[in-house]
This record gives sequence, C-alpha cells and structure tokens, in this order.
Amino acid sequence: MVQDGSKVGTGPLATPAAGPQASESLTTLGSAAPQRRRTSVWQRFRRHRLALIGLTILVLLAIVSIGAPLFTQHGPYSVDLRSARMGPTSSHILGSDPAGRDVFSRLLYAGRVSLSVGIVAVAIYTVIGVVLGAVAGFYGGWVDSTIMRLADIVLAFPSLLIIITVVSVLGPSLFNIMLVIGLLGWPPITRLLRGEFLSLREREFIVAARATGARNNRLMFRHLLPNAIAPIIVAATFGVANAILLEAGLSFLGLGVQPPTPSWGSMLTGAQSLTVLESMPWLWVPPGVMIAVAVLSINFIGDGLRDALDPYLSR
Amino acid sequence: MGQYILRRLVISVPVLIGITMAVYIIVNLAPGDPVTAMIDPEAVINLGPEWVEDQKRKLGLDRPLPVRYGLWLSEVAQGNLGFSFNDRRSVSGKIGERIWPTLKLMIAAEGIALVIGLPIGIMSALRQYSKGDYIATIFGFTAISIPSFFLALGSIYVFAVVLGWLPTAGMRTLGTDPSFIDSFKHLILPASVLGLAQAAPLIRYSRSSMLEVLRQDYVHVARAKGLRETTIISRHALRNALIPLVTIIALDLPRLFGGTIIVEQVFAWPGMGTLAIAAVRGYDYPVIMAINLIGAIMILCSNLMADVLYAIIDPRIKYT
Repeated sequence: MVQDGSKVGTGPLATPAAGPQASESLTTLGSAAPQRRRTSVWQRFRRHRLALIGLTILVLLAIVSIGAPLFTQHGPYSVDLRSARMGPTSSHILGSDPAGRDVFSRLLYAGRVSLSVGIVAVAIYTVIGVVLGAVAGFYGGWVDSTIMRLADIVLAFPSLLIIITVVSVLGPSLFNIMLVIGLLGWPPITRLLRGEFLSLREREFIVAARATGARNNRLMFRHLLPNAIAPIIVAATFGVANAILLEAGLSFLGLGVQPPTPSWGSMLTGAQSLTVLESMPWLWVPPGVMIAVAVLSINFIGDGLRDALDPYLSR
Repeated sequence: MGQYILRRLVISVPVLIGITMAVYIIVNLAPGDPVTAMIDPEAVINLGPEWVEDQKRKLGLDRPLPVRYGLWLSEVAQGNLGFSFNDRRSVSGKIGERIWPTLKLMIAAEGIALVIGLPIGIMSALRQYSKGDYIATIFGFTAISIPSFFLALGSIYVFAVVLGWLPTAGMRTLGTDPSFIDSFKHLILPASVLGLAQAAPLIRYSRSSMLEVLRQDYVHVARAKGLRETTIISRHALRNALIPLVTIIALDLPRLFGGTIIVEQVFAWPGMGTLAIAAVRGYDYPVIMAINLIGAIMILCSNLMADVLYAIIDPRIKYT
C-alpha cells in the first residue's frame, strides 16, 4: 500500500530531480529542487484524508457553481408567483422562495458569488500583506515600525464591526464587500511574512546572493519570498474560509450582496421571521449547509496544506 | 514588571490615536452631512441652501478636517461621545444600557467555550492519534465552519420551535417580573452558539500545548519518580500547558465580539451588536463611531491584559 502510493506520487514529476546529478550546472539543480519539493508536498497532502475529501468536495462545488446553467431547469431569477413558497417537488427539487424562484437554482448560482468573494478578497489582502510584510521585514528600522503600527491599528478594530461600518459608508454591494475585506485583512499576512523575513535575511544564502550583486527587489521576491511562502499559502487558505463566512454574515444582515443576486448568506435572511423558520425549512437549511460544507472543506484543505508544507511541524 | 506594563501602555497610545483617526476619516467619507441628515429634506428645500450653509458654519462643519478631528477628539477624551441622529439621546447613555447585556453574553460564551474546549483538547492530547482525537479535530473544524447565524437559527428551530424548551429571542419574557431562571433560559441558546465557535481554537491550542508539555523533561522526571499518572497530568503537565492559553483567549476576543454582533441580531438580544446594526441601517454615525471606538479599546485592553497576565503567570518571560 505504502509502496504503491509512493510510486504514483514520484512518477513523472520526480524524474528530472532524480536524473541530473552534481555534474549539472547550477541552474538545473535550482530548477530541480522545487520540483522534487512539489512532489513530496502533494504526497504528504494526499496522506491527509480529510484534506483530500475537502479538495474533492470543493472541486465539485466549483464545477456545479460555474456550470450552474447545465444543472438547473429554472433560472435563478425567473419569478413564478403561482408556485411561490412551495415545498420540494419534482420540478423544484428544493422548493421555491416567496417570489416563486427555484431554490436549487439560486443555491448553485449563489455558489459563484460566495466562492468568488472569498477568493478575490483574499487575493487582494494577500498581495497587500506580502508586499508590506516583505518591505517591513527586509528594510527594518522606521519603515518596519510604521508598517507594524499600522497593522496594529487595523488589527485592533473589531473586524466585523469596522467592515459593517465601511460597507454602510460605501454602500453594500458585491464589489465593496470584496474590497473592504481585501483592504482590512492584510495584517496577519504582513506579520507572518515579516517574521519569516527577519529570521531568513541574515542567512548565508541571502548573504551569498547579496555578494553576487543581487538588488534588494530581487533579494526580497526571488530569494526570500519563495523560502517564506509556505505559511502564507496556509494562512491564505484559511483566509478564504473566513472570507466566505464573513460575506455570508454580511449578506445575512442585508449589508452584503444585494437582491436579486443570490448569495448563500442572503438566502438565509428570510429565516429571521419565525414563519419561514418554522414552516419553510427548505428555504434556509440548504444554503446554511452549503456554507458550512464549503467552509469546512477549505479548512480541511488548509489543515492538509499546513501538514504538507511544513514537514518539521509536529502535529 | 511595572516598567513592562508601562511600556506596553505607551505603545498602545499611538495605536489608539490611529484608531480614532481611522474611525473619523471613514465616517467622514460618508455621503451627505449632519445638517441634511438631521432634518426633513422638504424643510431643507423651503429653508434654502443659504440656511444650510449657515447651520454648517454654526456647527463648525466648514472648518478643515484635521481641525474638526481635533475638536471631536477633545470632546471624546472628556467622555462626550455626541448625540444619536435618530433619537437625540446621548450616545454614552445609549451605549451604557447596552454594554452590560453584551458583556454578560460574551462572558457566558467564553465560559462555555472553556468548559467545552479545554477538556476536549486535553483529552485528545492524552490520547493522541486515537479515534477520540480524530473526532475532536473534526468537531473543532466543524465548530468554526458553521456560520454562527445558521447555528443560531438551527438551535432556535430545534430547541424553541420543535421542542419548546427555550425561548426564541430576547433577554427576558416581557410582562413578567425579572427572575434568574427566566434570564438564564434566555441566555442558554445565544451563549452556547457563540461558545461553540470560541471553543474551536481552544481545543486546538490546548491539545498542542499539552502535547508540548508532555514532552518536557520534568514530566519524564515525574514519571521516573513513580508518580501516579493522574498526579503527573493534573499537578505537573496541566498547569504549565494552560499558560499559553491565556494569550489565545485574549487574542480571540475580537472574533467573539464580531460573533456577538450577528448572534445578538438573530436572538434580538438588546446589546451593543443590535445597537450597531440598527445604527448602521439608520446611518446613525455618532453611534457607529462610538461603538467602533469602544470595541477597539476593548480589544486593546484585552491584548494588554494578555501580555501582562502572561508575564505574571510565567516567570520565565523576560520583560523586554
């Protein structure tokens, strides 16, 4: 079993790493090393059963969301008042909402919104966080203390509250949600990367690179960053899960994605009324389950990545 | 020690000032101005633009932003948080009556989180890689992955609607005399929903902290002396494993505060969260600013508390 697994994993990807030996030039060795590493990361990731299940579910969710028109009979906006508030039937497998729209169809289209908010928002703050963290950790001094005080300020805000405040000022919309989460989420990434840079920047390989005349930007982004990226990838993965939860919460409060666009969070808004809660569970249970499943899958993937990217970390 | 606390306090001051600036700037980005916000749009048309300009001058709104910020800050420093746009009541009065319910909810939630989180975390460390450990990990991940409002709605459905054991919303039954049993019943659901989400990081960190301690030499020494396993765990390992958790609890308070906002909304809990949502929906900026400020101060205090408590509990920490 173990042998079988390792064979599949080391197959085509590992050959260049195993082939050329010390006689090869420096550049070949340089390109071979990350490839070997990638192989072993995937192998370790595969061993994390929950992460693998999470990845499978997430891919499935992405496919049905992107390909939503293929899997639904009704459009997410097609109103049919004659069949409003109906329980699950053969035509509407998850029933219909007060406007007679198909819940199943809205559920799939909502996946597009929720998943993309998570990914875009985290992409924004990861880029900001990486740049600020790299600059702070590399240059130190007053640049470092200015950036870190700024991070302290942003971190000291109760995040949901400040996001609600900014969204209310800018006006709630899909774009603003991504922007606000993206602009306020960077401090943890910055702190992480700064710490990594501080511990790496005096190491021999950096001193060597500097001696060869590498400029600061090259040192930061070609030499230091690849060695410090692992915890950032893990943090960003958990970040996507959190961003999806945040978007869901905001949309649930009516401060996020605006109707008629469906989002998992906004589909639950109606359940604040006791009649919906009591007698129309098909309206609020499926979107809630979808959020939980998507977030749980991403969290498992994050956990798998954490184990896979850091072989020295004790579980 | 005193010097250490002082230094931490001094570092917090620029952060606090930065927070006030950020809040002030964000709120000033809002469209419209207090004059047009406070009076009937029809009346504005009748009174004419000159009148509006005149009022703005009287209120000092024609002055540059930094000057206005300075004036506002000096008022806030004297405890004047302004007046609500909606009902003209003082913001400090409004918040004063809301802060206790929120604190009550947060303390109850953190208590539940500790009662759930610590035993599970420690048990899974003691039986590492067992089935129970595996289940505890999945439980922890599930607890942070279910959105709090969904859990809240689900718990209302099960315990209030179907079973009828607990009330659906509010802090006490209206029209009855306040009694301990009644308010306790109202507290159970919101505090449990919040507590479950807070328990997840506690499970994770108490587990890894316990594993770390169990590997230490002094635990091996205790074993070698032939002490009973329960004594080793409770007297030697547990006490040391709990130290880092002080920091985890304090640093996780912002998340608890965020969770409180949503959970209060679902349970119609008369706290700061429902006040904040109402203020945001009604564009009541003085209230929004005040709640942000108080939230930020709470978080700064809890961070400070974490540092200080950590230094007190663990004498190995150097005060630098």
